[in-house]
Amino acid sequence: MSVNGARIMDTAQKIDDKTPRNETPASQSEGEQAMDNTTRYPDQTVGNPFVDNAKMRMRDVDVFYGEKQAIHGVSLDIGKNEVVALIGPSGCGKSTFLRCLNRMNDTIDICQVKGNLHLEDQDLYDPKLDVVELRARVGMVFQKPNPFPKSIYDNVAYGPRIHGLANKKYDLDEIVETSLQKAGLWNEVKDRLHSPGTGLSGGQQQRLCIARTIAVSPEVVLMDEPCSALDPIATAKIEELIAELSESYTIAIVTHSMQQAARVSNRTAYFHLGRLVEMNDTETVFTKPEHDLTEAYITGRFG
Amino acid sequence: MDRMHFGEHSSSQFNEALESIRNNLMEMGGLVEKQVVDALQSLLQADSALAEKVLETEDKVDKLEMLIDEECTKVLALRQPAASDLRLIIAVTKAVSDLERIGDESAKIARMGLQLAEEGESPRGYVEVRHIGNHVRNMLRDTLDAFARFDAKKALEVAAEDNEVDLEYRSAMRSLVTFMMEDPRAISRVLNIIWSLRALERIGDHARNIGEQVIYLVEGKDVRHISVDEIEAKLKK
Repeated sequence: MSVNGARIMDTAQKIDDKTPRNETPASQSEGEQAMDNTTRYPDQTVGNPFVDNAKMRMRDVDVFYGEKQAIHGVSLDIGKNEVVALIGPSGCGKSTFLRCLNRMNDTIDICQVKGNLHLEDQDLYDPKLDVVELRARVGMVFQKPNPFPKSIYDNVAYGPRIHGLANKKYDLDEIVETSLQKAGLWNEVKDRLHSPGTGLSGGQQQRLCIARTIAVSPEVVLMDEPCSALDPIATAKIEELIAELSESYTIAIVTHSMQQAARVSNRTAYFHLGRLVEMNDTETVFTKPEHDLTEAYITGRFG
Repeated sequence: MDRMHFGEHSSSQFNEALESIRNNLMEMGGLVEKQVVDALQSLLQADSALAEKVLETEDKVDKLEMLIDEECTKVLALRQPAASDLRLIIAVTKAVSDLERIGDESAKIARMGLQLAEEGESPRGYVEVRHIGNHVRNMLRDTLDAFARFDAKKALEVAAEDNEVDLEYRSAMRSLVTFMMEDPRAISRVLNIIWSLRALERIGDHARNIGEQVIYLVEGKDVRHISVDEIEAKLKK
């Protein structure tokens, strides 16, 4: 065991050596150059963290909780209509990173985010940006299903109402129905739309939360371990749903289940100690990962 | 090669399962290697007792094949292996079927040995059998060695050797066919030698297949059905 531990420490050390986080020169932090990905990080992340048709572009993202740095210079793209899985051992920063993408970290006082994060041309951390507006464009589904203590109908109708997406009852009805249909829940709840959402089973509640998220027609859906509180059948339904949703949405999912990442995603990002170690096609990651640490993690040698 | 650390999983049971698979594969490889050597010996020295022994070993080899396949199935079902673990399992299941076929081919040679011991020696072909036999034997040893050490370079060498064996086989075939035309009375006995050479050539192919699995295991690249030059180019990419 100690030999084992030593090797991991050794490899972890190696990547630290390989990826010195230099202070980013001011000239690189703005405009075109920040988006140029070919030359800037020769040693940092292995694989292909960047794509041509990026929906979201993140460059040099550092996140601090007070003094402690949780994320070190992560740069990656999430392509349009792509499912990206973020994996890594506990505390590697994958959830923290995900939460930067719709500024959920704003709710944590000591949390500080640096770097360039863009949704298309929109700077996510532009002080003038309305965060509520942003979260309508970038929705989020959480680990534990958290329906509002309202009826199923109102859970889904809530977002469209506050965002003024539907004024007439007729329009709202239609949004509720299509959202529930897309979330694969319509047939199970169409006869009891006005009973409380909290009365549904865990898997149904999670799909209700997904319906609520997509009711405001977001462009990106973030999922933070959406299945870890669900049984395998409910999990399979959500995974099926992810595949369907990816036709119209861009999805980033954090998961502890490597099999899930393998099943649902197009590309997989492996985080380790706050750094993005590798990002590659999911098939490559699970059959022939480029980095030793990725290999060690997905084959269960640590974590 | 330093990537192949099969004994370092968090789960010691997983370590043990993979260890056992590798040990059984090596045991099977050893048995089959011995079968090839004995089969050649029995043919060259008209030793029927040794030929019988080769035929008896077949049963053991078959059982090991099934045991290893079962172990691999179990790992797939229970552990959902990924990356190098997955490639190990895939490579092993393919290698065992090649090993089993090598066992079958050596049994063929042993049976030819038995017939020749009964009918009398063939007037020609022993030099070729000895020569190609030694060649193929070394290939098998090297390919098993490459598997044990996860040595893709050595596996590539085996693939290159196979081309030479094919050439040697073709030239031996030409000279034996010419001989049969000159002396038709020897046809039946020379045919026995020809079948044995054919079996040896097949053993070379199977050794190459195993080598290709080693390359897949180590490099993660599928190098089947392409020439040695193409394999080299693919590995350089």
